[in-house]
Amino acid sequence: MSVSKRSTIIVEHLRKQQMMDAISKGKRLDGRDFNEQRPLEIELDVVKKANGSARVRLGDSEVIAGVKVETGEPFEGLENKGALIVSAEVLPTASPHVEPGPPDEETVELARVVDRGVRESEMVDLDKLVLVPGKIVYTIFVDCSVINADGNLFDATSYATVSALLSAKLPVLEMQNDKVVDTGKTQPMPVTTVPISITAVRIGDAVILDPSAEEEACMDARITITTSEAGFCALQKGYTGAFTIEQIKKAAETARIKGEEIRAKIKELTKYGQ
Amino acid sequence: MTQTRNLIDENGKRTDGRTINEMRPVKIIVGNIKNADGSAYIEFGKNKIVAAVYGPREVHPKHLALPDRCVLRCRYHMSPFSTDTRKNPAPSRREVEISKVMREALEPALMLEDYPRAAIDVFVEVLQSDGGSRCAGITAASVALADAGINMRDIVAACAAGKVDDKIVLDINDTEDKEGGADMPVAYMPRLDQITLMQLDGKLAPEQFNECLDKAVEGCKMVYEIQRQALMQKYFGNETEVKEEQ
Repeated sequence: MSVSKRSTIIVEHLRKQQMMDAISKGKRLDGRDFNEQRPLEIELDVVKKANGSARVRLGDSEVIAGVKVETGEPFEGLENKGALIVSAEVLPTASPHVEPGPPDEETVELARVVDRGVRESEMVDLDKLVLVPGKIVYTIFVDCSVINADGNLFDATSYATVSALLSAKLPVLEMQNDKVVDTGKTQPMPVTTVPISITAVRIGDAVILDPSAEEEACMDARITITTSEAGFCALQKGYTGAFTIEQIKKAAETARIKGEEIRAKIKELTKYGQ
Repeated sequence: MTQTRNLIDENGKRTDGRTINEMRPVKIIVGNIKNADGSAYIEFGKNKIVAAVYGPREVHPKHLALPDRCVLRCRYHMSPFSTDTRKNPAPSRREVEISKVMREALEPALMLEDYPRAAIDVFVEVLQSDGGSRCAGITAASVALADAGINMRDIVAACAAGKVDDKIVLDINDTEDKEGGADMPVAYMPRLDQITLMQLDGKLAPEQFNECLDKAVEGCKMVYEIQRQALMQKYFGNETEVKEEQ
């Protein structure tokens, strides 16, 4: 059951007042513009045991994503497609407010929203990941671990997932005498597009991009919009406030423009297509 | 998901015979559960959903209570027999997410500050599912909350729009959800002109995005009228008709 609760991070009254004052003057407490994201750093191949991995820092939020490739049965109804599963976990290392245990609803939402962006954009060409049609397919797991949480885990996790997939080396598997054999060779992941999520929150009447944890503690509503080269592919409104139709249309436009910038940056950092 | 077959025929009719701007038939009955403080039953196409509201009442366990407002607790659940293949009754990750977005869709409409230290429980049970069950569930829950006499700023109406055969259509059904190009569920408060739930999965070209959103909002406004009529029917019965005639 989903229960309304107070923010786990307590922002002092005075601090919130400072934030509201700054926002009314078009500024943010860390000096950023409303449409300015925090610095994005991407490090690849941080885990050699994985088929692909990435460490992403978005400001002080830090996420590691690892790709593991296995084989298995296809999903029901998708017999001639490989399987791709993105999951996410907020580790107890991430903040004093996280306890070990089964994922809470926020973590379930995080994993499902990131998964939706990758799935609906058809980033990975799953038709190319079939070994025996209807029987054996590649199963690709992307597991994300949030190491440090300082707001906007949606985008940080999404960028980590995309970067890990772009840089992953897919083992070339073959069928020999009804058995799956690893040839020892690798190939690039069959990627068709690069989905980029952009998250904005509304605080009062202002809509600001890439919220920090402190800003999230003061937010009224949140929206995450994922675009691919072709256009929009996923969206999730969250939190207990509402948006006007105009605010959403404007956020969608911003998500497209900012998405282009981040996509170019991630392609460059992962040397994708080079 | 890329579409593999056409879902709109040459006459512009969809798989269930509707046009692109047509909503499935909607029927709402208010107060169907006698024990609940407020309740509603909705048929939205083939969706059959009951919503019950209990509260405001004491919070158990007490540590969940908030000093300045009421906690809203929401459960969206699908009965094992509601789907083609039996659904495991344990809450799935999908249901966890929908319970959350449903709560967040209803909260902006409720004056929770009027009931500090209390809880309002909303239970939504899908008896038969037909695509768009979260929208139908929110629509029913909102009516049930009004029936329970909870102070509200507005009624939340929900409806989806989506893309089928590269056309933007109103109110996606199950087949269109599974095989179509995009699904955009939206919950909207017509009086306040605000969106309280919005999701999208599937591809939309930039110019289709606004069209799809506008269409979903239009659908919400139609649903709102049906919600109002259902509430009027329970509380004023045929009196309203008489008044309107005069």
